[in-house]
Amino acid sequence: MRKIKEFIIEKLILICGIASIFFVVLIFLFLLKEGLSVFNTVSPFSFLFGKSWYPISEPPQLGILPLILGSLLVTLGAAIISIPIGVGCAVYIAEVAPGKIKEILKAGIELLAAIPSVVLGFIGMVTLVPIVKNVFHLPTGLTALSGSIMLAFMAMPTIVSIAEDALYSIPKTYKEGALALGATHWQTIWRVMLPAASSGILAAIMLGIGRVIGETMAVMMITGNAAVIPQSILAPVRTLTATIAAEMGEAVVGSEHYFALFAVGIVLFVISFIINVTADLFLHKKQ
Amino acid sequence: MKRNPRRTQNIAFFFLLLATLLIVVPVGLVVVIIIQKGLPAINWQFLSDIPRQGMRAGGIFPAIIGTVYLVTGAIIFALPIGLLAAIYLSEYSKDNPLNRIIKLAIVNLAGVPSVVYGLFGLALFVIFFKFGASILSGSLTLGIMILPIVITTSREALESVPQSFREVSLSLGASKWQTIRHIVLPNAIPGILTGTILGLGRAAGETAPILFTVAAFYLPQLPKSIFDQAMALPYHLYVISTQVPNVDEKIRYGTAFVLLALVLFMNLVAIIIRTKFRKKKKW
Repeated sequence: MRKIKEFIIEKLILICGIASIFFVVLIFLFLLKEGLSVFNTVSPFSFLFGKSWYPISEPPQLGILPLILGSLLVTLGAAIISIPIGVGCAVYIAEVAPGKIKEILKAGIELLAAIPSVVLGFIGMVTLVPIVKNVFHLPTGLTALSGSIMLAFMAMPTIVSIAEDALYSIPKTYKEGALALGATHWQTIWRVMLPAASSGILAAIMLGIGRVIGETMAVMMITGNAAVIPQSILAPVRTLTATIAAEMGEAVVGSEHYFALFAVGIVLFVISFIINVTADLFLHKKQ
Repeated sequence: MKRNPRRTQNIAFFFLLLATLLIVVPVGLVVVIIIQKGLPAINWQFLSDIPRQGMRAGGIFPAIIGTVYLVTGAIIFALPIGLLAAIYLSEYSKDNPLNRIIKLAIVNLAGVPSVVYGLFGLALFVIFFKFGASILSGSLTLGIMILPIVITTSREALESVPQSFREVSLSLGASKWQTIRHIVLPNAIPGILTGTILGLGRAAGETAPILFTVAAFYLPQLPKSIFDQAMALPYHLYVISTQVPNVDEKIRYGTAFVLLALVLFMNLVAIIIRTKFRKKKKW
């Protein structure tokens, strides 16, 4: 009797063990199921590179190039801001900060990671957006730049914590060897530790960027939602994620618009899949 | 001119400190602003009343209740599956390709954009299973989303139980499952609890996955069953800050405060459990 019970339990554990694979496949299949129908009306090429997104005009124009460029612009801006600051902060926490301060800083970073994106979006709307508007004398502060700044803060916790882990995982002997040869602490960090941790830091950056591309609410609230090809970083843009979030509520189930939004979901899924798999390869690269 | 390495170091460390401050100070400011402007809006009426006058007055009670329902549903779904998956990874799996693929799947599940979870929930639960926009659909969507958090933290907790514990139990004649059930699990409970609470916090704050699966713009009464739509705190904050014009700033900040307090409280509890456990650990 006990044998049977344990047999059942162990099978159940195995099933739950592979549930993650099941869910990833299920998500992809359902995106494909709903999204691929859009290619009955537009070719994959004109979907990806079409310059106009007018999903409810007659006939609908379903080119997502403006959305892709919007996402790229916002992500690029966020990367430029968050990578140096994030990696710098990780080095500071891992190497420079004294014990007690280190714990406080780590708690602060964890706090940032925990703030819901809709709260950051709200704060961005009431503080950052007016600042951007006034500093650059713009008609509106809802721009790609505002989105980049806000998103940089969402990428930083990921970058800091993973880069920090990468620095900790370097063998102690590397650091001791460099110091024993008379290098200063900074020379050791710059010439020995950062190169040794480079693949982990690269993974941290990629995962941070992945977080930015996938971020939805904050970006929808502060980038101005103009689905046109962005002319500058000070213009309103619309990202892939925000398009889905803003339009799915009104799209009629089974319409071309509905299919197209799922196809945008496929694009996002594929991007995040590539980023995560590559980052994982970097993280597990044998030292 | 020869560079002085000491001076270079001082300059470099200054910039590292600057980078750190550039992250920590704005975070502190965000929290302080929300507390400063949100706290005065909090009173019993705000927490217990329904929204009135097109959400420009009254309280946020239905949104709080909706979020509580959604989070509870999500964890009922995610905890058993996540825990068993963690047991599989820590106790049963060997270092083989399947194990590698499972770990990769977990990483990917954690990386899927939240709005894509929303699409998935819409396609699978709302339309395919015909649950409609309901607490059930929203909870299941959120449950799948927090699964990686529950699995990863539970696995770490299980793996931190020393191997010798298992060996002693097995050598006394206990079966593998008895060992897990009576030796490994009890020692890993604080870690599992931490993961569960972190998952709860994440589910409470997410907006995009519930947009098309459950969230209602405005509901005058509370949901009666799991097949009803519900309001939710994060979506309510989104609605009153972008969709409804002329909402009193106090109400917006108050809502943001309640949401932030809820999420940070859960994270704080998780951190406290973790630190306590680390101190108490005898091995």
